[in-house]
Amino acid sequence: MHTAAATHDEGKGQYFWVWGVLLLLTAVEVVLAYRQVFQPLRMLEALMILSIIKSALIIGYFMHLKYEIAAMKWVLMTAVVACLCLMCIFFPDAFRIVHLGVR
Amino acid sequence: MSEVAVQHGMADVYEPSLFGTYSKKIGMWLFLLSDTLTFGALLFAYSYGRISNPDWPTPFGKESITNATIMTGCLLSSSLTMVLAVLAARRGDRNWTRNWILFTMLFGIAFIVLHGMEWTHLIDEGMTPFKNPWSANVPQFGGTFFTLTGMHMLHVTIGVIYLGVVSLRKTFLPILLAIWAVAWWLIPSSNVFHYGVDALLAGFVVAAVILILKPKDYDAHDVEIAGLYWHFVDLVWMFIFPLVYLMSTRVT
Repeated sequence: MHTAAATHDEGKGQYFWVWGVLLLLTAVEVVLAYRQVFQPLRMLEALMILSIIKSALIIGYFMHLKYEIAAMKWVLMTAVVACLCLMCIFFPDAFRIVHLGVR
Repeated sequence: MSEVAVQHGMADVYEPSLFGTYSKKIGMWLFLLSDTLTFGALLFAYSYGRISNPDWPTPFGKESITNATIMTGCLLSSSLTMVLAVLAARRGDRNWTRNWILFTMLFGIAFIVLHGMEWTHLIDEGMTPFKNPWSANVPQFGGTFFTLTGMHMLHVTIGVIYLGVVSLRKTFLPILLAIWAVAWWLIPSSNVFHYGVDALLAGFVVAAVILILKPKDYDAHDVEIAGLYWHFVDLVWMFIFPLVYLMSTRVT
């Protein structure tokens, strides 16, 4: 039974590094939010960028997508990209309502 | 399927997978794709309301944020122990595979307990799916919050049961039944989780049917697939935590 993911370097060290980076990014998120460093729009952007970086680390390393073949990566990223595209539609519309009201 | 083909000398009839991996893994990824869209819809429902409504409640003070941060740490740590379980399974080290999965389950249970305490705290303050004590103009806060976080809590619960089945097989059944009985007995009947723990009983029935009808020794591939599900649950929380908790922080 062939598996692309089974052939890569399986050193444990990289997973501890990824875990450490994920915890660090979480701490940054909490500090940004609790100290209210940005206005809500900027805060949303900052938190979403950090969350997308964290999810890329989880998908790439913990879920081993980094080691799958290109066809698998392209097919699986379709839903994620679709969700991100929806985010680009919904969130600006929600801000429009704040400024213009419901029409 | 491939074993049957080899037995009948028809191995060449089947083409190798387009995705270069085994079918069970592709099946789990496809399920996770559909679940991505389910959680995406719930996250958008909550976040749209949050952004478009200036009166949106901000009930999450220092205690809630600390609690949610510890919950995030539990899930991230559980992902690390899960990936170590997958590595141990690939090495053929059965003892450490089981041990790392048990650590993962413990982190998952800690997450559920902390989340249950958070829910209980909010409910005690008067929050329901239809109203909240902080902003009468925003009745949808409770509905979107409980639906989103409840769906995620259900996924974590299913994940813990799934890992228990993979690591302990039939030994897990009496343990699960005991956890349900203790939780049902300890949680007062006025608490919503007194009935919520019945999800464990439903999980017991499903796990028993699977283990009795198709008893098997779960291999490294099964551990890897269970890991995919668990990491996905962690992944979803990476969006729920900032969008729900950090965007509604009450600074005191």
